[in-house]
Amino acid sequence: MQGEVIPVNVETVLGEAARAKAEGWRLVTMTCVELDAASVDLLYHFDRDFELKHLRLTASKDALVPSISPLFFAAFLVENEIQDLFGVRFHGLVIDYGRTLYLGEDVKEAPFCRYVVNDSGDQG
Amino acid sequence: MRQAIIPFGPQHPVFPEPVHLQLKVEDEVIREAIPAFGYVHRGLESLVSIRDLHQMVHVVERICGICSMIHALCYCQGMEELMGVEAPPRARFLRVIWSELHRIHSHLLWLGLFADSFGFESLFMELWKIREKVLDIQEATAGNRIIVSVNVIGGVRRDLDLSQRKAMLDDLQEVEQAVRSVSGVLLTDYTVSRRTVGKGVVTGEQARELGVVGPVLRASGIRQDSRMLGYAAFNELELEPVVETDGDCHARCRVRLREVFQSIDLIRQAVSRIPEGELSVKVRGKPEGEAVARVEQPRGEVFYYLKANGTKNLDRLRVRTPTFANIPALVVMLPGMWLSDVPVVVLSIDPCISCTER
Repeated sequence: MQGEVIPVNVETVLGEAARAKAEGWRLVTMTCVELDAASVDLLYHFDRDFELKHLRLTASKDALVPSISPLFFAAFLVENEIQDLFGVRFHGLVIDYGRTLYLGEDVKEAPFCRYVVNDSGDQG
Repeated sequence: MRQAIIPFGPQHPVFPEPVHLQLKVEDEVIREAIPAFGYVHRGLESLVSIRDLHQMVHVVERICGICSMIHALCYCQGMEELMGVEAPPRARFLRVIWSELHRIHSHLLWLGLFADSFGFESLFMELWKIREKVLDIQEATAGNRIIVSVNVIGGVRRDLDLSQRKAMLDDLQEVEQAVRSVSGVLLTDYTVSRRTVGKGVVTGEQARELGVVGPVLRASGIRQDSRMLGYAAFNELELEPVVETDGDCHARCRVRLREVFQSIDLIRQAVSRIPEGELSVKVRGKPEGEAVARVEQPRGEVFYYLKANGTKNLDRLRVRTPTFANIPALVVMLPGMWLSDVPVVVLSIDPCISCTER
């Protein structure tokens, strides 16, 4: 993938994002990739003078990920989208639609997740 | 003063597609605007699990009718990087020609809708009449008026022979003259100026901070255009981004108007320099790995992330469209505006909900 990829975790992501902002990087967008039933990759894509760099955060699906929207306001939209489509929760969102940006209030599923944990323990 | 909340949209005469704004107003002045959408979200990205990587070209073309060719171009460039192939030089020039035709018809469509947003219907009809000529060119060269479907992974599927290129340049000459004849109205008319000058201002610093892209960004004085990356054959053409500095609705209109002429010039350059050669290279195998691609759509930078897993289906496709990047700017543009200015300001970012609700 074009551009440097920097691994981060839930403790360091805000610091790295703040550093990117201080260095003049623009948030292009974020990408969520489902890895397995329990975890996702969150990629934060940044641009500066047509150069790209990415932060990669591998997180548990039920982890509470700090929102970077207080640093990059535009992130609120993509973080809300990820909440809706993948069920990952962000805390500290400047505008939190509470999983209703795309979904109805009664929807509990994450439509972009292929792996679903069956809480009831039913087989098949 | 007492505040009221006015729901603006999702059905509104100025919106061709559904988008909603929750407007907090004092008297008739906007104090806060919260955007919302999701009325027509299609989940096209998730189709990668059932459509193979070649079929996905047709899927991404249907993300948006107005910039369909450029979606496919971005996807194909990302796939070509993943598969380690490069489109032949002739294909890269042809990609420039069709993508600039798309930019022209998109900007003319927007200029017309923009005129309609402040009630200038005769200007709207005149601009859409000119746009028809561009659609005729697309039909004559690709067989379709909107979804031209010329891209494949590894190149293009159609060629332009000498007579088609000559006819296209003649038609573009007419388009250029027709746009020049109405440009005076767009640039200097009292009605247009009164409704657009000083409205929805975003400074360069704010635009950078908000991650704004495309003509909205360039209208705020930032010289950034993804075509400067030199993808397709843009690295072999003379290209200087169109920049205005006022950051208001009128500046966005001027940027798009000037970009129509710029696109015509780029097509002329591409036609005069197009090399002979193959249209595509053979693509074999099932890729593995991650790639990102970005190109300049009429509304700004579009960003694709692709993850392949060695099968015929991609693991993940992510599309960040320019409207998705520009919507947060409305939260900054609208406060302080009169309620009657909301349609004009919202239209000034050229919102494409089809793209956003991919």
